[in-house]
Amino acid sequence: MTKTSSVAQNTIELIKEKAKMSRLETIRLISLAKSGHYGSSFSSSEIFATLYYHTLNYDSKNPSWKSRDRFVMGKGHSAVGVYPILADVGFFPKEDLDTYTQLGSPFGDHPDMNKIKGVDFSSGSIGHGLSVGVGMSLGARVDNEKYRTYILMGDGELQEGQVWEAAMSAGNFKLGNLVAIIDNNKVTVDGNTEELMNINPIREKWESFGWNVVDVDGHDVEELIKTFENLPAVDSEKPTAIICDTVAGKGVSFMEHGYEWHVANLGEDDIKRAIEEIEGGN
Amino acid sequence: MNTTTFHKDTWELYKSLEMSKQLTAGETLAKLGKNHPEIVAMSSDLSKPTRLWDFGKEFPERFFNFGLAEKNMVTAAAGLASTGKTAFVSTYASFLGVLAAENIRTAVAYPNLNVRLIGTHTGIAMGFYGTSHHATEDISITRAMANMTVISPADGAALAELIEESVKTYDGPIYFRVSRGREEPVYKRDAEKVQNKIGKANTLRNGSDLTIIACGIEVNEALKAADELQEQGISTRVMDMHTIKPMDTKAVLQAAEETGAVLTVEEHNVQGGLGSAVAEVLLESGISCKFKRHGFYDEYSLIGKPYYLYQHYKLDGAGIASVANEFINK
Repeated sequence: MTKTSSVAQNTIELIKEKAKMSRLETIRLISLAKSGHYGSSFSSSEIFATLYYHTLNYDSKNPSWKSRDRFVMGKGHSAVGVYPILADVGFFPKEDLDTYTQLGSPFGDHPDMNKIKGVDFSSGSIGHGLSVGVGMSLGARVDNEKYRTYILMGDGELQEGQVWEAAMSAGNFKLGNLVAIIDNNKVTVDGNTEELMNINPIREKWESFGWNVVDVDGHDVEELIKTFENLPAVDSEKPTAIICDTVAGKGVSFMEHGYEWHVANLGEDDIKRAIEEIEGGN
Repeated sequence: MNTTTFHKDTWELYKSLEMSKQLTAGETLAKLGKNHPEIVAMSSDLSKPTRLWDFGKEFPERFFNFGLAEKNMVTAAAGLASTGKTAFVSTYASFLGVLAAENIRTAVAYPNLNVRLIGTHTGIAMGFYGTSHHATEDISITRAMANMTVISPADGAALAELIEESVKTYDGPIYFRVSRGREEPVYKRDAEKVQNKIGKANTLRNGSDLTIIACGIEVNEALKAADELQEQGISTRVMDMHTIKPMDTKAVLQAAEETGAVLTVEEHNVQGGLGSAVAEVLLESGISCKFKRHGFYDEYSLIGKPYYLYQHYKLDGAGIASVANEFINK
């Protein structure tokens, strides 16, 4: 891991700041909608920021560039945390975000690829994302393209049977260009994942489907960078699953670990507390 | 594969393949594949019975067998389409238009992608395999999806022409609905002349007393029925409404005005299918005519060999003629 140089230190600081920005904007946008997915967006904030400010190869001035890396949110309900990043990196003006969830806005709770530049695939139906990724990875192979496809999934999403159809096919088709990122925040809508419908052990499941598996602290930017920098070659034969140990509601103490904050609407005092905590956080 | 003689009831796999001459998707795509590198195809362990394998043999690097995992296959086809491919998916209709309906709606129709779904062995073509293998709801299901074009070609020549058009000039998702491919053809293959165009109904026979609007394999049966009805003194127009959505409304309204009676025939539930689609057009037009839908009447088919089932449900020529006669003389 010699790649963590002083330049990378700057990158780490930048990504931490951008993760903070994503959280703050999430609070602002949800206050426009009066309802939204705080907890599951905050558990992904460092993952989003690391992808868009370090890992992904894209051109925000040419969103449909054929050779770009793809990023698909299986857990499309975290889109509110990605929209501010897409604006920040130049896919569309930041002011556009002010329409979030308003009548006719391109920006809904779940992302639409035909309405929002930078969104590689529409999502919202939990369990579709990895299958989309299988198709994109096959498309890359047919075209002899070297891009990767990254799919972000929640741990609750792993309860969907289609995920395992997709995992099986990715192993079968030897899709070394496919990366599944599992935001293992351990909660779903109704409760704690393990108590509600246990999907553990996660690592062994992916391994048994023929995947290369990496465990990482999903809030440790340096670890995330190292993990993405050390992915097996695009033309290797095993897809990679990165299991990110995360905390639902990360960054706001009263939300952390609480499944109740999967979908919520903060009152004015709570918004103030949350903003203070995020701004003061590391 | 040697040429064999066979009984019409046979379900032996390889004889069945040999008989399925009207399943022309694979051979058509194989023909187009060289000049259209964007074509990819996939099946879910039914590439041989659907004959999509005819493409897979020619272009193995662009053909994917997903095993028995239809939801994943349809969604992956959408992913492939998002990279610029035209993705052809084929399996039995019961496992495509019915089983994978949500995936078709959310991953294909909603993003409006170039995924072409070919549901084969539709209706009651699977005979004694039973309701799990029948598809008498797939028109209703796919027709309800925005962006989706729904096509039920009469035979293999029609399927080939419509697929070729869909590759060369058509954008967006299409659900093709075809039978098991061993039916008698309606169209004579003609390399010089395109006989089926997406969205354009074909009036195959003129008549003045009644119009039968049919789709899929019922077009041929409707032609037989028209012959019988002619002998009974009923002049019958036969219309092949291969494209159910978007429908050729002009042809429907003209038929209603000119013949005053419309009978729809489909190998599908009458709820939501071809008959419902025609009824919607007629009722909103203000044109008054006699009207009846013929198909399955809110029921699941009996078990039986297809040949006898079509007779039982009056979906063969003689059956349609009897239904038409009763309808017109009521």
